[in-house]
Amino acid sequence: MSQVPPGPWAASAARTDDGSADDGIRRFAAIWSRVIDPYTATSMTRAELEEHLLPLTRRLAAILESVPFDVRPAKDIGRAMVQAHCTDPQVLSQSLTVIDAYLLLYRPPAESLPPEAARGHLARLQHAFAAGFAEALRDRTLAEQEAIAHASLAAQARAERALHASEARFRALFEGAAIGIGISDLEGNILDVNETLARMFGGRVEEFRTRNVNEFMHPDDAPHVWKQYRELIRGERDHYRFEKPYFTHNGSAVWTNLTVSLIRDQNGTPQYQVAMMEDITERKLLTDRLRYQATHDPLTGLGNRALFFERLAEAFDSGDESTRLGLCYLDLDGFKAVNDSLGHEAGDRLLVAVAERFTGCLTGRNQLVARMGGDEFVALVVDPDCPEEVAGLARRFLAALDAPVRIDGRELSVTVSIGLLECTAASMKAAQMVQAADITLYRAKAQGGNRLAVFDAEANAREITRYGLTTRLPAALEEGEFFLEYQPLVALGDGRVMGAEALVRWRHPQQGVLGPDRFVALAEQTGLIVPLGYWVLEQACRQARAWQLELEQGAPRINVNLSVRQARNPGLVNDVARILKETELDASSLHLEITESALIGAEDQALDALRELTDMGIGLALDDFGTGYSNLSYLRRIPVHTLKIDRSFISGLQHPDAPGNPRDEKIVAGLVSLAHTLDLAVTVEGVETELQAERMRALQCETAQGWYFARPGPPDRITALCAAGADRWTGGACA
Amino acid sequence: MERPVWAPHGIDLTRPSVARMYDYYLGGSHNFEVDRAAARTALEVWPDLPMIMRANRAFMRRAVRFAVDSGIKQFLDIGSGIPTFGNVHEVARAAAPDARVVYVDHDPVAIAHSEAIVADDDQTSVLQADLLKPDDIIGSEAVQRLIDGGEPVALMLVALLHFVGDQDSPRDIVARLRDALPPGSCLILTHATNEGYADPADEERDVYKRMGSPLIMRTRQEVLSFFDGFEVVDPGVVFYSQWRPDAADEEDPARYSGYAGFGLKR
Ligand SMILES: C[S@@+](CC[C@H](N)C(=O)[O-])C[C@H]1O[C@@H](n2cnc3c(N)ncnc32)[C@H](O)[C@@H]1O
Repeated sequence: MSQVPPGPWAASAARTDDGSADDGIRRFAAIWSRVIDPYTATSMTRAELEEHLLPLTRRLAAILESVPFDVRPAKDIGRAMVQAHCTDPQVLSQSLTVIDAYLLLYRPPAESLPPEAARGHLARLQHAFAAGFAEALRDRTLAEQEAIAHASLAAQARAERALHASEARFRALFEGAAIGIGISDLEGNILDVNETLARMFGGRVEEFRTRNVNEFMHPDDAPHVWKQYRELIRGERDHYRFEKPYFTHNGSAVWTNLTVSLIRDQNGTPQYQVAMMEDITERKLLTDRLRYQATHDPLTGLGNRALFFERLAEAFDSGDESTRLGLCYLDLDGFKAVNDSLGHEAGDRLLVAVAERFTGCLTGRNQLVARMGGDEFVALVVDPDCPEEVAGLARRFLAALDAPVRIDGRELSVTVSIGLLECTAASMKAAQMVQAADITLYRAKAQGGNRLAVFDAEANAREITRYGLTTRLPAALEEGEFFLEYQPLVALGDGRVMGAEALVRWRHPQQGVLGPDRFVALAEQTGLIVPLGYWVLEQACRQARAWQLELEQGAPRINVNLSVRQARNPGLVNDVARILKETELDASSLHLEITESALIGAEDQALDALRELTDMGIGLALDDFGTGYSNLSYLRRIPVHTLKIDRSFISGLQHPDAPGNPRDEKIVAGLVSLAHTLDLAVTVEGVETELQAERMRALQCETAQGWYFARPGPPDRITALCAAGADRWTGGACA
Repeated sequence: MERPVWAPHGIDLTRPSVARMYDYYLGGSHNFEVDRAAARTALEVWPDLPMIMRANRAFMRRAVRFAVDSGIKQFLDIGSGIPTFGNVHEVARAAAPDARVVYVDHDPVAIAHSEAIVADDDQTSVLQADLLKPDDIIGSEAVQRLIDGGEPVALMLVALLHFVGDQDSPRDIVARLRDALPPGSCLILTHATNEGYADPADEERDVYKRMGSPLIMRTRQEVLSFFDGFEVVDPGVVFYSQWRPDAADEEDPARYSGYAGFGLKR
């Protein structure tokens, strides 16, 4: 697309030589535009360029015809080329070539001019054309150079003004800012600081200009401040932000919210660092105080529960699963008694004194003692130095209370029970760990207090099961997992089945059938015993009524246990009456069994309720008699009909050949005669052998209950026993 | 590279400028020795550059005319460079005497020169701004004053986007500008590519890279994606010389190493 060989063009042009004069001009312009087009930077199309060259061609031709010959206009034509943005030197040389080869061809000069003269004119025309082009190009180049120089000067001046304005703005910002600003080089040499910063430190601006950033370390610096500082000056980070304390000129601390930014030049090379700091001393003191309040027990000044759990969580979150942790759960023995007898104030003072002694037992920064609430404390040891450290600490706690505490001139002896647990962070979760230590503590309590119990995985598992049962109880009642079994009460005189005791069972989905010993105490603790008790009562009454309908005269009465809570429940009388009514059972067919503990400390109201029940015709039996206080005064105050003598007295009589325990037998004899004196019937529990049955019969106990007669079973067993009639167990009928 | 927002861009005449090199390729003298030296280095490995630039300019001219023929008389030319000849306002004005143009470039020297050129022209204005901050352009006094928001606008991104790397999300920028345009507006765009032609550009790209303006070659598909939300008119995104040519061109179109396209916003 570059050099166009003139050959073919010459040939085609020659063929049309006889055309009109203007036709020659057109042809010339066409060739010309074709040849220079590749070198023009103009955005004209080739057709437009050709159009543009047409008048120029005409003028070129006119020059050749001029008389007298005047070559000067050729200069203007050369200029016109440059004005048309055909500035490439190639345009000149190509144009000269085209003029040389075709101008005379397409516009033959006048006949009068000899060919040599015509050639001479053509040469002069070319010279002038070239000179015009060169002049115009030089003018244009100079003009453009001047224009661009102007432009760059203008731009530079503008940039400087902008820089100046921005510097002035920056200066104003720097000087007037409410935050402290400091600038230093990458070696840490401080170049400038503003007034605010100087004032924050209690110094003067000039004093800072001789100092280095490295001099501003503080013992309370966050661990990574200086690491990030070094990363910044190496250009590895662009800023960092910390709460950082500084020493002021008078040695006190000013806390700042510090942001340091790296300033780079246009190529990204680090140049300066700018530190901006806000004085947060006041805020910091306030938040510190609030935090202290939130994490400390106001009475003893020890850390509180929140602090303890925070530290524990930190230890667990440290990421190191092999971190060892020791935990002592402490509970003062008999503290309630002090509180009750001497008042809360004395109790509080005792706690303060104890807290002080406990604190004195700590030996390392890895140890913490916190008050969990009431008289409960906890000690945490993170990463104990030796296996003995935690136990040693626990023993020091015990020993710390050896000496009595003086409160108000009184010597108070307190002791503490401790549950101790050591584990690795990997082996337990934080909450599990605390629960385990708590459970261990209760072992120490159960063993009498003032001692240390060490975590025992098995005991812990047992307790956790217990805990599991407790939480499942409500659902169990709803899902109908409880059912009743019945154990007959047999008349020792004639072997008749007089009654049946209803016994509750739990068909636990995982653990199988559980006896009341496994869950009644738990239900009692949680209060679920009340709804459970009514459920039992209703079931039992319904069953008793069913027996009556089936067996008529021979139907047994029903004995149902009443828990302590139930006995004290204000709705008791109404609920029992309602159940009797609903199940259509007459009151005399129901015997309620209560324990002595239901009576101890019972309000009069509760006793009244029991009296109301007996007034309705319900029988009342005192269960487990002889195991508690056996305070006979109750027997005067409530209308009990029957005493049930506890199985423990009977078991002493179990060896048929042995003389038995004469003491037990005497006690039972005493109890029986006492009961009879008071007009009470006697039922013995736990009769397992014929011999035992014999003895009890001999002592004239009215009724008995136990494996010798029958184990607890489904209701139809009772039906069967009743139907079978009397004399089954008398005179060895059953042997 | 982070610099405080308040610090103005300084002027460093010891570094070549894309705008002035471009002027040199087009035969202009609006350049300094640093620019020419850099341009000569590029020309050594890619002697076609002037021809390519001319084809780019020729497309621009055809596209501006096409826009005027479609009834568009307002032009927002971003990356306008140094006005030499055949500028948008000349071409547009030739077809529609009342055409208005806003020239935008981030090169302060190019801007100062443009200002000198259009000083007495109240239908043309000049704005120093960065494409990477489209809101600065849309919200500028120049645009607000000269561009009638109710009338269609020709957005021109000619030989510009190949200086914008993907890390600066050029698609989002174009979309932002597009959303500011009223319906009936158009996008006139050219972009360097190395598709369809042996790549002589590596070393040339190095020249630009050393200047801090690396040249990014994109495929037709990628260039087409800038037209998201525009309806690309026939013949689509094609090599410069293939876009509605005025006259036959025997050159291999791929040799122009650049795609051009014209999209209409409905
Ligand atoms: C190759 S020139 C194109 C000039 C004109 N559009 C043309 O095609 O004839 C590219 C121009 O874009 C400008 N430029 C590059 N990056 C830019 C950006 N981010 N913002 C504004 N202008 C930019 C350069 O300064 C240069 O003037």
